[in-house]
Amino acid sequence: MARAKPAAKAGDQPADTANGLGKDALLGFYRNMLLIRRFEERAGQLYGMGLIGGFCHLYIGQEAIAVGVQSIQEEGDQVITAYRDHGHMLACGMDPNEVMAELTGRAGGSSKGKGGSMHMFSREAEFYGGHGIVGASAPLGTGLALANRYRDNGKVTFTYFGDGAANQGQVYESFNMAALWKLPVVYVIENNQYAMGTSLERSSSETHMYKRGASFRIPGEEVDGMDVLAVRDAAKRAAAHARSGEGPFILEMKTYRYRGHSMSDPAKYRTREEVDEVRKTRDPIEHLREMLEKEGLADEAALKAIDADVKKIVAEAAEFARTSPEPELAELYTEVYVEAAQ
Amino acid sequence: MTDILMPALSPTMEEGTLAKWHVKVGDTVSAGDVIAEIETDKATMEVEAVDEGVVEELLVEAGAEGVKVNAPIARLAGGAAPAKAEPEPKASDAEEAEASGDPEKKPPADAKAEQPEGDGPAAVRPAEALADPEIPEGAKLVKTTVRDALRDAMAEEMRRDETVFLMGEEVAQYQGAYKVSRGLLEEFGERRVIDTPITEYGFAGLGVGAAMAGLKPIVEFMTWNFAMQAIDHIVNSAAKTHYMSGGQITTPMVFRGPNGAASRVAAQHSQDYAAWYAHIPGLKVIAPYDAADAKGLLKAAIRDPNPVVFLEHEMLYGQEFDVPEVDDYVLPIGKAKVRRTGADVTITAYSRMVGLALKAAEELAGEGIEAEVVDLRTLRPLDHETVVESVRKTHRLVTVEEGWGPMGVGAEIIARVIEHAFDYLDAPPARVCQEDVPLPYAANLEALSLPSVDKIVKAAKAVSYRS
Repeated sequence: MARAKPAAKAGDQPADTANGLGKDALLGFYRNMLLIRRFEERAGQLYGMGLIGGFCHLYIGQEAIAVGVQSIQEEGDQVITAYRDHGHMLACGMDPNEVMAELTGRAGGSSKGKGGSMHMFSREAEFYGGHGIVGASAPLGTGLALANRYRDNGKVTFTYFGDGAANQGQVYESFNMAALWKLPVVYVIENNQYAMGTSLERSSSETHMYKRGASFRIPGEEVDGMDVLAVRDAAKRAAAHARSGEGPFILEMKTYRYRGHSMSDPAKYRTREEVDEVRKTRDPIEHLREMLEKEGLADEAALKAIDADVKKIVAEAAEFARTSPEPELAELYTEVYVEAAQ
Repeated sequence: MTDILMPALSPTMEEGTLAKWHVKVGDTVSAGDVIAEIETDKATMEVEAVDEGVVEELLVEAGAEGVKVNAPIARLAGGAAPAKAEPEPKASDAEEAEASGDPEKKPPADAKAEQPEGDGPAAVRPAEALADPEIPEGAKLVKTTVRDALRDAMAEEMRRDETVFLMGEEVAQYQGAYKVSRGLLEEFGERRVIDTPITEYGFAGLGVGAAMAGLKPIVEFMTWNFAMQAIDHIVNSAAKTHYMSGGQITTPMVFRGPNGAASRVAAQHSQDYAAWYAHIPGLKVIAPYDAADAKGLLKAAIRDPNPVVFLEHEMLYGQEFDVPEVDDYVLPIGKAKVRRTGADVTITAYSRMVGLALKAAEELAGEGIEAEVVDLRTLRPLDHETVVESVRKTHRLVTVEEGWGPMGVGAEIIARVIEHAFDYLDAPPARVCQEDVPLPYAANLEALSLPSVDKIVKAAKAVSYRS
């Protein structure tokens, strides 16, 4: 199956900006964030039409994190996250058609329709899920890092979870082993302020997530998760730390989700004004768009062209997801076990 | 022109109230703008625009109740979208019904035809095709403890495959809490023999992650009792990932350690988890009895590309059995072994209970009842063919397990025998199992609670209508 272009990387292009980044890289970030935003909006629409079932957790508002971190990853670095995973998959370069078709439970989905929104993987894109159990990505990601150290391959695992998951015991079991064995893992805590309907203040005795590694001597940093360049810079530092053999690093990404926890969450635990305020003043896509315009790196026409391109990709993904057939009934019994190679 | 449809807020919602419009005709909306509020009996939610354009018409009035999901509620004109591949709601009615899991719409009647017998999905080869390897004539039999046989299996596989490693509590420097990993640290070093902190949930998860990356971890639990803290990763992460990923990700690994009741360690340290794990599709579950099986099956488990739960028994670790001295002794997973032949009654057992069943068979022979003892060896996939074949001959069945009876291994075996050999049974089958209580500490109560030779003898006589 076709794969989309991987997320734009800042390579050796001329540094057009104060950030030392080329124009193409910045436009790439804009494009990728917008792709996630439009993709998620369309997923929400398909859910509303009954084409997507079950749980569907949208990444709207948090786009800068997956895109910014991905921009500094090296070939072979792994990514693993929880169930709010569509954005990470798109950032990893997974095919939007396959991701959307998995949401609709069709044969063309990345898990052939057998995983759904919360359970998608791509060995090719080094994306290891998509995990529905809150906190599970922490030890699994730490295990991927253990494999990197075992093979001494210089790769880093980016292990994402949310502020809610950060209260699970298995996260701290993982922190302990990662620090003890100096494993090459970067923990990216996406702090969107609400663990489902429970605010950070109501659930956490220490609300500064970047400090959560202190008793394991894991350094941490608070990052503006609504600013893709801040995310990128912090991720670069954290990855260098992990890759150099110094062990794990925690990045607390301060962010905000605009939609409910899942599609069926009316989000009555916060006010419309609170959401509007963030959208108006901290939106990651608007923020980058303003910067691009201010620095003269993109004019209205260039940005419109990107908008149009993204819309087209998303419309195609929706169409593919709607028309791809449901899995063959025989698929029910395949892939329960791996055929022994003996 | 684009119709905006009444959205479903949950998969079960069929209709709702359009409580309020936030836009009016002529307004320009862009993606993400709140355009309306809708209500169900459970919640009020805001509807956001997905497309941009100018509101041309509001098709439903504010306050309208009983608006069906997917009915058009507003119409947008124009919009800057260049490629409008808007899904046609009418054309997709049927698909929507399918997507929303409408049972009327889904008759997977012919899917049944594809279903393999019992728990045997396609990848599990039929048991009759499986056989233990021929032992070459003149091969030496070496008296070996189960403990050392397990160690030998791990050492041989670690020599053979560089991706195999062992992790767990006290496996390295301490040489294993039960000395099963003796000598491994010395031979393979601390990269491949890893002492973990006491953190079962965590290190089980790390093991699964390493397996996803293509390594073959052997995760040792000091006992399976402690693995209950890790069962989420065994079931949710290890067993299900291959399926959920559409075959992309595998978790080749072994979870192993002592299972069942040791001696006088009471309820929290004495439990048989065979039925728990054998319940789970995606796992293979092995519970060997003697040293040769322990070695041959552990080697097979390590080589298997699936997650394998390997249930050992502390009371067997020190027992000696003959192990054939052959180069590479690997046994098939999923094949039971008839340990003793007999024509009068079939007794099934696994792990330590096999020894009790064999002793019971000797006693029964003294009273003229010839018992056939089937050592199940693998509980998933379960080799019910061997059991059924035996019952067709003996017409009587006693199942023995160390775990509790309700919903247990014996219950499953009896169900399969009834499915496949109902007409052959001359008596209702009997279960010998732990009494339905947490295991007590007091020596007399502990003995009373667990299966015993005497209980097996009594059950065999009962199904033979002998007292």
